[in-house]
Amino acid sequence: MRILATTLVLGFLSATMLRFSPGFDFDEREMDIRLNAETKTLARVERAREKDLASFYAGYLKAGLSGDLGMSRSFNQPVVQLIRDRLPLTLVSLLYGVGGGIALGLALASAIVLLRTASLEAVSSIASGLFLCVPSGVIALLFLWTGANGRWAIPLVVFPHVYRYVRNLLGVAQSSPHVLTAIAKGLSPARILTRHLLLPLTPELASVAGMAVMLAFGASIPIEVISDSPGIGQLVCQAALGRDLPLLIAITMMVAILTMVTNGIGDTFLEVQRVQ
Amino acid sequence: MLVFGIALCANLVTRRPYAEQYREAVAARPSAEFPLGTDALGRDRLSRLLYGTRSSLLLAPAAAFIATVIATSLGGFFAFLGGTWERAFAAFTDAFISLPWFFVLITIRALLPLNVEPVTSAVITFGLLGLLGWPLSARIIRAGTRTFLTSDYFLQARASGIGTGPLLCKHLGPNLRPLVLAQFWISIPVFILSEANLSLLGLGVAEPLPSWGSLLRELESLGALTGHPVVLLPAVLLVAVVSCFQLLLQYPEEAT
Repeated sequence: MRILATTLVLGFLSATMLRFSPGFDFDEREMDIRLNAETKTLARVERAREKDLASFYAGYLKAGLSGDLGMSRSFNQPVVQLIRDRLPLTLVSLLYGVGGGIALGLALASAIVLLRTASLEAVSSIASGLFLCVPSGVIALLFLWTGANGRWAIPLVVFPHVYRYVRNLLGVAQSSPHVLTAIAKGLSPARILTRHLLLPLTPELASVAGMAVMLAFGASIPIEVISDSPGIGQLVCQAALGRDLPLLIAITMMVAILTMVTNGIGDTFLEVQRVQ
Repeated sequence: MLVFGIALCANLVTRRPYAEQYREAVAARPSAEFPLGTDALGRDRLSRLLYGTRSSLLLAPAAAFIATVIATSLGGFFAFLGGTWERAFAAFTDAFISLPWFFVLITIRALLPLNVEPVTSAVITFGLLGLLGWPLSARIIRAGTRTFLTSDYFLQARASGIGTGPLLCKHLGPNLRPLVLAQFWISIPVFILSEANLSLLGLGVAEPLPSWGSLLRELESLGALTGHPVVLLPAVLLVAVVSCFQLLLQYPEEAT
């Protein structure tokens, strides 16, 4: 219910902002000499309908329930079609970003606990600190120069956040009584890590996924634009620049649902742990 | 501080205007005349780097100041009101935070005028960062204010008959100061990186006004990089300064 309410409010807010943005009243089709008078009149009628925000949004939601999210003005294609075409690429990028970022962050933090070497900790801290300080667009450029796929840049944006969070969690857990007892009893570091550190931290680690999805999606926008990858990130940029009302509302709602569902999963894990 | 100091004295370090084109020295290599060479339009790179650093290092803290003032005012105010108002405010900030920061930024930036004077574009970019960057800080400040309002010494102060004004100025203000300052310092590197990403996409500070983000656009051409490795300098400087901010934020954490 909360997800639905927030999504509707965010969709309305984005529609409101777009409606009152400069240049909204201007339609590029009016300048197109290839279009006849009838088409231009239709474009004007369509634009006039969009001006009444409340009725536009109500109609948009009503049509949306039957799977029609309207026509994109800048692409002249159905919004559903545009999203359907580009979503798989972005989902794969997000999978790489979230999976790779979590795996890298978790592996480094775990290796430090297992090996307990100051040099590894120093190298990991420097690497995570460095990638935390580099704009995601610049990381995408690095991949562009080397000819590698830009989607590999996303894990490098996500991993420093995951590493720092997990390292802090493991650091606190390492000094807890049950772990100290396990160490005193002579359990192997690998067993302590898996059974006594990572397993009890599963809810917290699940909540990292929510954070990672948000970070990965945010990073995918400049990365997809710079590496000319036709995904949702690039579509966001084009929709915003073209002031494409139906497309931007659909993407805002989709992103809101995506982030809230992933955050909700993490919160549920934490709630279950709290109850237990 | 060194970078900031040099950038502030940009007009003393170099006499060349950042926008002036030297047509006879287009894409020139570093020389005595142009210590960092010139860009593809024949503009002095040193001058652009110094003025760009000045723009980024003056405007990002200004944006962080705006965001912190808004966050403190709203977070403190709604926590003080309590009840339904506080819950509604918390729901709003949570909804706002649930959207990826760069997505919100790019969407709203694109809705504002793009074809504007360079100085106006800088004001719009950093103003927007300040006006949109407050919800996370507000959430933390609201929680801090709530903790204060439920503390024993606050209750005792109220029971002693201290008025709302002195209570806010003498007790709440000093207690919230470390939290507010932390939010201010945290926001600066975030805003510097956000501006860099926005400018890389052409939605940030407009030419010919330089900023770290707009200077990074030169990196898009691999040819420029191989011919003139000095084009990497803005990126190196940005990473160095943001790292300094990160270290500055890390030390107090470790001390506590």
